[in-house]
Amino acid sequence: MIEFKQVSKTFPDGFQALKNINLHVNKGELVTVIGPSGCGKTTTMKMINRLLEPSSGQILVDGENIKNQNPVQLRRNIGYVIQQIGLFPHMTIEENVALVPKMKGWPKDKYIRRVDGLLDLVGLDPKVFKKRYPSELSGGQQQRIGVIRALAAEPPVVLMDEPFSALDPISREQLQDELVALQDNIQKTIVFVTHDMDEALKIADRIAIMDNGEIIQLAKPDQILRHPANQFVEDFIGEERMNKELGGKTAKSLMLSKVATVKPNRGLAEALQIMKTYSVDSLMVTNTKGEFQGILELPILEAHYRDESKKVEDIMSPVAHSVQVETNYTDIAEIFAKHQVVTIPVLDGGRLVGLITRSSMMRGLAGMKQTV
Amino acid sequence: MDWNSFLDTFINRWPTILTALQEHLYLSFVSILIGILISVPLGIIISRLKKIAEFVIGITAVFQTIPSLALFGFLLPVFGIGSTPAIIALMIYALLPILRNTYTGIVGVDDSLIQAGKGMGMTSGQILWKIELPLALPVIMAGIRTATVLTIGVATLATFIGAGGLGDIIYRGLSTMNNELVLAGAVPAALLAIFFDSILKGIERIVTPKGLKKQD
Repeated sequence: MIEFKQVSKTFPDGFQALKNINLHVNKGELVTVIGPSGCGKTTTMKMINRLLEPSSGQILVDGENIKNQNPVQLRRNIGYVIQQIGLFPHMTIEENVALVPKMKGWPKDKYIRRVDGLLDLVGLDPKVFKKRYPSELSGGQQQRIGVIRALAAEPPVVLMDEPFSALDPISREQLQDELVALQDNIQKTIVFVTHDMDEALKIADRIAIMDNGEIIQLAKPDQILRHPANQFVEDFIGEERMNKELGGKTAKSLMLSKVATVKPNRGLAEALQIMKTYSVDSLMVTNTKGEFQGILELPILEAHYRDESKKVEDIMSPVAHSVQVETNYTDIAEIFAKHQVVTIPVLDGGRLVGLITRSSMMRGLAGMKQTV
Repeated sequence: MDWNSFLDTFINRWPTILTALQEHLYLSFVSILIGILISVPLGIIISRLKKIAEFVIGITAVFQTIPSLALFGFLLPVFGIGSTPAIIALMIYALLPILRNTYTGIVGVDDSLIQAGKGMGMTSGQILWKIELPLALPVIMAGIRTATVLTIGVATLATFIGAGGLGDIIYRGLSTMNNELVLAGAVPAALLAIFFDSILKGIERIVTPKGLKKQD
């Protein structure tokens, strides 16, 4: 659908932004272009709708050299979403979304229906939002409009230039999810520029990693994680995402390092308070040196709660299974498989440094960051 | 001077004041209108040619620094006396505020909006008419407002090159040491300026796009 043939771009100031790029984006595919700033990813994208012209090489969209097409007509058939959202503040949501269909000469009832349909698609009630102005919407809502505005005239190709990077983390995640769901329905050919690897891995069919004006690797997310082309890609993906080191994974990368603890000489009411604060049903008991003493579980605590003379050390239980930080993940999996344990304390010598739960283990193995 | 004699002068001279007022309005309006017709398109042009923008605005700024009486004097040998040189001089004064506001208004439109418009396939004409001008209009109107108030004030000096207006009455009062007569010209001139200022302020509010008003 989109094809770059030996495309180079040198800016008038002599900066060579792109060096001999070859890229093929298939119909209905979402390709993210990712790389550090200045790597040429935005330049690459802006050449597709001729906001920039290549210095040499050809770009074909739908088999046709775009150089032979009128840039204005070309752009009306390519959706465009930018980081700054770029909704026109003096137009209502409806006017913003209907802009390209109007320019393309759609009849009024057709584009009105289209606007309603698109608003429904992103979960914004047309009756409520159509007549509003962009300034009355939240950032996340505005970019939803930005996305549907790009889709309004049913372009086969959509370009997205870091569309979610200016949003707060929650809206960003939501919009990423929505985009993935949307793409399942609409199957557009999307080129999505980002600098966020998590975002790329989440939404992409294929990822093109760029550096210094060159495409270093173009592959499916899974392939990039398993077989990074070189050191640059490895560094860019980041250590915690690398599945290939699975064999070397130890307790350290599987554990939660923030653990709710209690000192052995504390009273039961205090221990209960800590459990409430952290919303947990067991506490690790450590002495003042941080050395692991045992575990205090909620049912036992409740059984003894009335006895005000009791302290934590009186009712805590020893732990059958604990591991050291360097313990291999296979040994930990063994423990979970063979014994009825919910958590495994991780020790460094005698000191408690973390806790492995089944879910933290899964996250660790999947190369995800531990949330706490 | 007392209030009653001022009122008497005002009532006695009413036909004269009315004629002067008409002349004054004519001078001011025509020069503002020509000023708008020159400055707004010129402002749009220099917003496209930023390299010469400072230079062009600079020229109008130099005009602005010439004392008004001196400017009338300069035009006298070329255009003689009457309303033509007066209108030209007043028009020259109106150029700077309108030109500068048109330019800053258009240049001040958020670049990401222009990028978005271009990327969506708007022609440069559509970008100008649908994005840049509507968003710049409040700023342009503010420039027109400044120019109008300025022109109505300066137009009182047009009397010195025989163009008439409320300046006639003021000048006559000054030369006959008649304070009441001076006021009979000055007060309508001031009221005129205030009146048009508030009317244009209203227009400014009307042309401000709805979506922008709600931001504040």
